[in-house]
Amino acid sequence: MTQVNRLTGGQIDRESTLSFRFDGKNFSGHPGDTLASALLANGVRLMGRSFKYHRPRGLMSAGSEEPNALVELRSGARREPNTRTTTAELFDGLTARSQNRWPSLAFDVMAINDRLSRFLTAGFYYKTFMWPAAFWECVYEPIIRRAAGLGSLSMQADPDIYDKGFQHCDLLVIGAGPAGLTATLTAAHAGKQVILADEDFRMGGRLNSGRFTIDDMTGADWVTKVVAELATLPNVRLMPRTTVIGAFDHGIYGALERVSDHIAEPAPGKPRQILWRITAAKTILCAGATERPIAFENNDRPGIMLASALRSYANRWAVTPAKKVSIFTNNDDGHRTAQDLHRLGIKIAAVIDTRPDAPGSTDYEVLAGAEVANTTGRLGLTFVEVRQSDGSMRTLECGALGVSGGWNPNVHLTCHQRGRPLWNETLSAFLPGEDLPPGMHVAGAADGQFSTHGALKSGQQAARRALGLRGRPPAVPEAEDAPVTQTPFWYVAGCERAWLDQQNDVTVKDVKLSHQEGFRSVEHLKRYSTLGMATDQGKTSNLGGLAIMAELAGKPIPEVGTTIYRPPYTPVPIGALAGRSRGKNFKPVRLTPSHHWAKERGAVFVEVGNWLRAQWFPINGETHWRQSVDREVRQTRASVGVCDCTTLGKIDVQGTEAADFLNKVYCNGFAKLAVGKTRYGLMLREDGIAMDDGTAARLAEDHFVVTTTTANAAKVYQHLEFVHQCLFPDLDVQLISTTEAWAQYAVAGPNSRRLLKKIVDPAFDISNDAFPFMACGNITICNGLRARLFRISFSGELAYEIAVPSRYGDALMRRLMVEGEEFDVVPYGTEALGVMRIEKGHAAGNELNGTTTALNLGMGRMVSKKKDSIGSKLSERPGLNEAEALMAVGVQPKNAEDKITAGGHLVSADGPLDAAHDQGYVTSAAHSPTLGKMIGLAFLRNGGSRHGEVMRLASPVTDLTVEVEITSAHFVDPEGERLRA
Amino acid sequence: MHDLIAITALGASEPQVETIGGITCTEVANLALASVAARLGGEAACRERLASLVGTVPAAGKAELTGPFSAKWVGPDQWMVGVEYEVQNDIAAHVKAALGNTASVTEQTDAWSAFDLSGQRINRVLELLCNINLSSVGAGSAARTSIHHLSCFVICRVPNANVRILGPRASATSLHSAITTAMRSVR
Amino acid sequence: MLINHPLLGPRDSSEFIYLGDATLIDRPDPETASAQDWHDYAYLRDNPAGPHRELWFHEAGDRSWLVVTRNTVTHEITSVELARDVARSQGRSK
Repeated sequence: MTQVNRLTGGQIDRESTLSFRFDGKNFSGHPGDTLASALLANGVRLMGRSFKYHRPRGLMSAGSEEPNALVELRSGARREPNTRTTTAELFDGLTARSQNRWPSLAFDVMAINDRLSRFLTAGFYYKTFMWPAAFWECVYEPIIRRAAGLGSLSMQADPDIYDKGFQHCDLLVIGAGPAGLTATLTAAHAGKQVILADEDFRMGGRLNSGRFTIDDMTGADWVTKVVAELATLPNVRLMPRTTVIGAFDHGIYGALERVSDHIAEPAPGKPRQILWRITAAKTILCAGATERPIAFENNDRPGIMLASALRSYANRWAVTPAKKVSIFTNNDDGHRTAQDLHRLGIKIAAVIDTRPDAPGSTDYEVLAGAEVANTTGRLGLTFVEVRQSDGSMRTLECGALGVSGGWNPNVHLTCHQRGRPLWNETLSAFLPGEDLPPGMHVAGAADGQFSTHGALKSGQQAARRALGLRGRPPAVPEAEDAPVTQTPFWYVAGCERAWLDQQNDVTVKDVKLSHQEGFRSVEHLKRYSTLGMATDQGKTSNLGGLAIMAELAGKPIPEVGTTIYRPPYTPVPIGALAGRSRGKNFKPVRLTPSHHWAKERGAVFVEVGNWLRAQWFPINGETHWRQSVDREVRQTRASVGVCDCTTLGKIDVQGTEAADFLNKVYCNGFAKLAVGKTRYGLMLREDGIAMDDGTAARLAEDHFVVTTTTANAAKVYQHLEFVHQCLFPDLDVQLISTTEAWAQYAVAGPNSRRLLKKIVDPAFDISNDAFPFMACGNITICNGLRARLFRISFSGELAYEIAVPSRYGDALMRRLMVEGEEFDVVPYGTEALGVMRIEKGHAAGNELNGTTTALNLGMGRMVSKKKDSIGSKLSERPGLNEAEALMAVGVQPKNAEDKITAGGHLVSADGPLDAAHDQGYVTSAAHSPTLGKMIGLAFLRNGGSRHGEVMRLASPVTDLTVEVEITSAHFVDPEGERLRA
Repeated sequence: MHDLIAITALGASEPQVETIGGITCTEVANLALASVAARLGGEAACRERLASLVGTVPAAGKAELTGPFSAKWVGPDQWMVGVEYEVQNDIAAHVKAALGNTASVTEQTDAWSAFDLSGQRINRVLELLCNINLSSVGAGSAARTSIHHLSCFVICRVPNANVRILGPRASATSLHSAITTAMRSVR
Repeated sequence: MLINHPLLGPRDSSEFIYLGDATLIDRPDPETASAQDWHDYAYLRDNPAGPHRELWFHEAGDRSWLVVTRNTVTHEITSVELARDVARSQGRSK
């Protein structure tokens, strides 16, 4: 198909031709085209169907404010719904589909909604679908979802990648129109680090769309010259295709750079888009202005668009939607469009100007004091009905109508920090208010400087002001400086089905109805009528809606106010917000020193925090995890097992007052711990609740190594720093995390000492006498490697933890396996670890669950009353110490076959089974291979004196009610003989 | 001499080197580290002794990289001292001997993984990784910041041409992947 | 947000962890405080719309606790101090 509507000139590269498909048809365009301009060039006016009424729609704009011409761009997994044709750059092989229509764009059965419009007015869901309630989910909602809506997702994972990045600058300039360019030049020449971001792929803003001259060249040529100069400066970063989407606290801006959207597929490894966080000392907002429409009956037909869009298409892209057009305006700028189009050979049917004193023209007819009363044309504009100044009607034949209601400065980013725009009577528009985000200045049309000269000058001035530059400024290039006044004209009197918000199908009538029904605040109007709630966020519709609201309320517009502007300025794909943090890269992983070895052994891994830990090590013939876990437990208890416990937090605590410090943070005493000894410690929160537990090993008078649980390592470190820096700043103590510096392995079981003796250098005596339970010390192993040895036990067996520098962790694990062969050594994972600690009755995260006290945990007497420690005072509160307090117990099923589930609750064997008679709950449960049945740890009211009692364990969630016997929490070796052996 | 074989943070016997688009990422496996924190009241003495070990005691946000022993500031009255592993594999003992009771010293060698990033305009890679103001980064800057949710040091030797990134050893694979992904992204 | 670290200059707030009201520094004296004092310390916080002194931890930075005075309405930060200095100036020692 030929480009029938292509004119001469324009900023497109006619040397090469790009082919693309829209709704299955092949078309061609040129580099420099958008999908919108290329479709217009090919004579396509109809591009979509409206959201609610399925009305045929075409382009309204030539920029990111576009409400109508949204398509599904690309195909397959890359299909992106609701993409604006006006911002989609054309590339060879582009495919696009219109949306919200069936079976085709030209014939859409859902257009019946348009006939039913009288039932589908503002708030229709609230009224129509009230009853019966059950119908909402199964009948109404599916129907509405099918009928109303936009494009559809591909339902496949996005194959593209997105980056996030960070930039810093002295000055961020948002928008590269005349004001943005002079602002950037001024800052650049002053040697400042400047970022110039513009959402368009070609910088220049409206200079690309007009025929204004700057000095002795065209606006577009001046842009080319300035951008070329800026590109050579090392302190300037030009960012085309980059939308600044939000102004956040303290000069931080979000910006979305479309790195690869203009090509079919990103190059390998390259992101499709980058979401930048820009930290700017100063900012100049040069976001320009958006033309506003005038509402009139049937103003949404394809071919009716903003006059400025007609002008952009003609001047920049050399296309026109029709050979004969009309202009409907209330200001001089509409005439500029007519002149430009006329000069390009497009026939002007008439300029319809609402002002009785409209300027005349010798080139075409001007209908002063006239207005558009209605339009016709089913799938595109054919006739415009004009009510002339004398009241007579006249019909104009034309294929396009440019509408100009004046310009609204793009103040959005000035309001992202709760700033409010100010109404300006001369321009009948909102301008940036006083309360701008800190560091922000505004220039150009965004600040109401609508003339080219005004924009150029204000850009320079804003930069000088923002950066505090002195001296004589260079001359501003010469350009037109026509005065601009705008008189409000929002809608043609008497119109009803006149669209304000074309994307959400909100009409003048809907606004009137909302008002009539009592929705009189703009925020209420917005939510009830959905005005401005679509993906375009009402860039072309909000002001018209609130002007009508003001008129109905009999108030001036500033009193009615605007809705709050919020980021993002234009839509941001979820993928860009996620960046690289998706799938396996969602967060970093932490690998233990024995990870590679465990992987070779075929270990099954589990995520614990960010750590990947071996959960169990299946061997040949094992088909169920329980087989592996039971074997690991049995073999450890029978001989010896090894488990990587590097993940436990390790904090080095040094200083002459390190012991005093530990006395503050642990509820039990540490001052008298001897060098070479380890002690279990319980940390409380200040409110008396248990926070974390672990051990502290005293390696020297002034040196402890404290361990924390895996999950709380970072939190405990933070807490210790808080206690030190904020509460006891003059204690001589120094803290640092050493978790990852050491590979630490538990070696547990009756043969653990015999195994260790094979690798510990003979200079170190680890016999029971020389190195008893809870001993610790620096040793060497394997003939000279520095190591630390702790005789501590989580399993309840004779056990040690041995630590070596992490780089040797892999080798040590392999060595232990080789040396342990004669003892039938077994590596065990976190499941066996968990089983053995439950068998031994050791508390873990399930028990230290943020609600339990030392008393609950059976450690009430550990809380020293001889000293002050964090939480000691509030742990004495009566509420935490009542006679019926929960106490840690063990539970075993009466019938050995029965299950125990964590989360189940304990009630008396014969009492009612309800929440009111709840007496406690099970925190941990496991199958104990040692006892041959399931066991659990529980908290039970007054549990310490109820051993032997039979109760019922009920877990409605798992549909479980069994009889259990309350026992000691220490199922295995309650006297602790094994670990002292 | 013991016979256990060390592995690098990335889990191999030799450090990894990758060059993508003119930028090279080199795993550094021969770095010994120890943290130094001045004892209360011993701050001045600690600085004096540290200076004789490393040259100049770096100020906040700075590193001293001239001598065999390097140092970077990590917190108020706290530094990290580094040296080639082959020169001193028991660095903590060595530094403790030099500083005596003026400071607490902690072995940190295997708490970290290190990567050297070198080449033309490496700031393009860094700006995808971390939120530091690269235009204010000069030779001898040492910033601690987040990279891929990991707390890392970025130490500059030559601005826009050569930096060292230190990150938690257990997450070396994730950090390395983040760095090389960013290198591919700007290629 | 940017927090102007007293030693390191402006740093992005993502490097910090927020704890809450800086009154947490004013831990009651265990020798003299009443049960009510402990209750107030542990549980009572003001929630001002305006300047608020609060504790931030430079987790991904130098591990300093900071007292940040931040306007909860505008997020304007008017002062940032090392918590250790604040604690000492309020008479905390060991």
